[in-house]
Amino acid sequence: MAEYKWPDADKRTYIGKRISRIDGPQKVSGRAKYSFDINRPGMLFGKIVRSPYAHATVKKIDTSAAEAMPGVKAIHIMAEPGTPTAEVKWAGASVVALAAVDEPTAEDAARAIKVEYEVMPHLVVDNDTKAGDQWTRVANESKQGDPDKGFSEAEVTVEGTYGVSIITHCCLEPHGSVMEWEDEKNVLAHLSTQAVSGSAAQIARPLEIAATNVRVKQDHIGGGFGSKFGPDEWDITAARLSKKSGGKPVKMFNERDSELMVAGARPSHYAKVKIGVKKDGTLTAWESQTWGSGGVGGGGAPPVPYIFNIPNQRKQHTNIINNIGSQRAWRAPNHPQGCALTMTALEDAAAAIGMDPYDFFLKNIELAGQRAPIYTDELKIAADLIGWKNNWHPRGADKTAGPVKRGLGLSIHTWGGLGHPSDCDLTIQPDGSVELKMGTQDLGTGTRTALNIIVADTLGLPLNAVKITIGDSRYPASGGSGGSTTIGGISSSSRRAALDALDQVFAKAAPALDAKPEDLEAVGGSIRVKANPSKSMTWAQACSKLGATPLTVRGKNPGPGKLMDQGVGGAQMADVSVDIETGIVRVNKIVAVQDCGLIIDLKTAESQVYGALIMGVCYALYEEKIMDQKTGRMLNPNMEFYKLAGIGDIGELVVHMMTGKGYDERGVIGLGEPPVVSPGAVISNAVANAIGVRVPTLPLTPDRVLAALEQKGGK
Amino acid sequence: MQDDDDVKSKGSGLSRRTFLKASGISLSVPLVMGYRVIKVSGAEVKVYGPGKVPLSLSINGKSYKAEVEPRVTLLEALRNELDITGAKRVCDRATCGACTMIVDGKPVYSCSVLAIDAQGKSITTVEGLMQGETLHPVQQAFIDNDAQQCGFCTPGFVVASKAFLDKNPNPTAEQIQKGLGGNLCRCGTYMGVRAAVAQAAQKGGRRNG
Repeated sequence: MAEYKWPDADKRTYIGKRISRIDGPQKVSGRAKYSFDINRPGMLFGKIVRSPYAHATVKKIDTSAAEAMPGVKAIHIMAEPGTPTAEVKWAGASVVALAAVDEPTAEDAARAIKVEYEVMPHLVVDNDTKAGDQWTRVANESKQGDPDKGFSEAEVTVEGTYGVSIITHCCLEPHGSVMEWEDEKNVLAHLSTQAVSGSAAQIARPLEIAATNVRVKQDHIGGGFGSKFGPDEWDITAARLSKKSGGKPVKMFNERDSELMVAGARPSHYAKVKIGVKKDGTLTAWESQTWGSGGVGGGGAPPVPYIFNIPNQRKQHTNIINNIGSQRAWRAPNHPQGCALTMTALEDAAAAIGMDPYDFFLKNIELAGQRAPIYTDELKIAADLIGWKNNWHPRGADKTAGPVKRGLGLSIHTWGGLGHPSDCDLTIQPDGSVELKMGTQDLGTGTRTALNIIVADTLGLPLNAVKITIGDSRYPASGGSGGSTTIGGISSSSRRAALDALDQVFAKAAPALDAKPEDLEAVGGSIRVKANPSKSMTWAQACSKLGATPLTVRGKNPGPGKLMDQGVGGAQMADVSVDIETGIVRVNKIVAVQDCGLIIDLKTAESQVYGALIMGVCYALYEEKIMDQKTGRMLNPNMEFYKLAGIGDIGELVVHMMTGKGYDERGVIGLGEPPVVSPGAVISNAVANAIGVRVPTLPLTPDRVLAALEQKGGK
Repeated sequence: MQDDDDVKSKGSGLSRRTFLKASGISLSVPLVMGYRVIKVSGAEVKVYGPGKVPLSLSINGKSYKAEVEPRVTLLEALRNELDITGAKRVCDRATCGACTMIVDGKPVYSCSVLAIDAQGKSITTVEGLMQGETLHPVQQAFIDNDAQQCGFCTPGFVVASKAFLDKNPNPTAEQIQKGLGGNLCRCGTYMGVRAAVAQAAQKGGRRNG
């Protein structure tokens, strides 16, 4: 029996090294096919007629003009008058779908469909906690310790209002699919999804066929960030249109405006916070009223106070239910909001008592619980990397002449991890070739590359001797890629499969080497006796002893041995400049110190952190889904005005991964979410430090910066 | 394929024919190669459509033919008619650069160029940068520096970087940041892109065409 653990540091050939992603050549050459790139013979193009109203009832639909168009092959009503589906609850909601021979014809047909609506009252803003029973509800109230006593013990009470605006996922590949009925019973779905294995059943159910009759394929996905778990209603509709048109493939992907309106959003969160603190920095009490919206389904309460478990707390959250496209999980759900609301309020508390926030965080770090020592280490490293002690000044005390003021900010964050259930099949052919099949997906995190590294490292083979095949629901099922659970799941199942397979190869090779299987090792493309490496045979010679039939081993997660863990942390610090005449914030530098257990590929791991920081700059300074209460519509469903950071907007980024002793032995822990949590807080804190006043709501756009400065009275 | 004459203009309710009549401009040349030539204020102007017209494009040194409506963009013609899908449609209005192609030596947002206007021009897409199975130095640099995650913006970035280096063979860090400001990435690969372009510059981004 194999011992299920990761190899010791001196036995790792690829694990933990900087390995270039194996699908890089496909991606840089345009050969990588995303679901959006799939063109099938006879394929039709789908379009959806969407509601222009935020809340309405569809009274009548006239599709006759569209039906008369020669290129229109199928029409499907999604909001059927006289049925419950007739009520549309956000602008952009689907009303009618159609499929036509080409995209221009489909667009013309969509325009030719006439829909009559009865308009109903709507709410699309998320800052009105008094909007009435239809829209607002107190979701929860909670208390910890004795808040009144905590505030009476405080020497200073600090109050503030903070906010994190609603943003969208803005995946560059829109949501959608190419759906086709291969025959009367079987559906082939080229879906853009974070859950290849799990989607088949979700497609089958509404189509009333067996899940075994649905095949989901996806080689590459152009971004998901939490918004692409199941198939969407438009994917199911594409399958219905395919059926109505005799099985022809139907390509149905959102246009950019609908992608930003309906395909997911990160809920907003706002908070009125009161903090009790002693002059030596001891935190005594927290009180917060929070509110926010995630659309018609509402959203959860933000996790406040974040990380710092202040002994006495009183909290209330109000859920605003409004007429915008529903929230979806967004990279580290609720953590960026909870982090920003907490860390900015705490930094204000530090400023109020005239304390360096670095000292203030360390003073209270025990409130972070068992991970306090790691946060302490990470804060110290981050402080060194950004030169905190030399560069920090008290709030607003930048005495530099001219309008540009500079400041520093900090924050810490956490995330879970572990690993989702994952199965894989590892096949070793008698010629020595190796293939791993798994129904997972590579979101650009480097999942393929990680699998390649693990199998090659375990079998002592070069990377290119292992074939990694993923992205098909016919392969052994692996979980959806969310919550930073993929790397834990897929690394554990593939390591187990490779160890088990190697055991069987050892058993076949042992007699010829005149050794026991347990005395063998696989190194550098050979199988050899550990104690006497000159006794060896090549990998291919060993595999030839398998006989005529290939060996296939199923790897599973969960399974024996501790290969993964949960619970990570990180510290970040930002250095920004703010022009107090224009309100423009520039990031000079952000440093991120992050732990994540055993790193499989240092190169792609660092890329995850860089990417998270950049996404963080986006939501800290630029991104906002701006809703107009008068029309009920999103004002910026495009990429000119729904702004993302460009290559010149991110300053200098420094990533420091915590590796080696104390981290490696924990096993693998996911990394996608945690580093995206802190950037909003660190940038907001740095801006407050620079200009001497809190800009309460993210993103810190020039108008908000100038408004905060004006309120301060130009002091 | 539909014949030109039996497709009515469906978009505005005002057909091109009606529009021309209303404007008092007369057709002077019969349909040849998918367009008519009319005189407007003394100048000869090509008028395509309505309906599909023949399209001839030179892409990566090869000649392609298709039939598309005049309103079809260069990007859509390649993606939907010719199955050349490296360039991506993302913003669809000249903001994000995911559709970048090189047309007659200049990088363009192909989502905002009509296919019919690209006829007679030399079009290079990301698929045309490799020589056989050898990656262009810019492509290799993107891999070496992990200048990609999901990879959806990558073809546009690679093509834009190649065009940028053709004009700026020895760019400063600041020039790289300005020169590639017309491309957006959602995963956040800019650190890798900066390093990749710098590496490709040193290795000679101009090589291999």
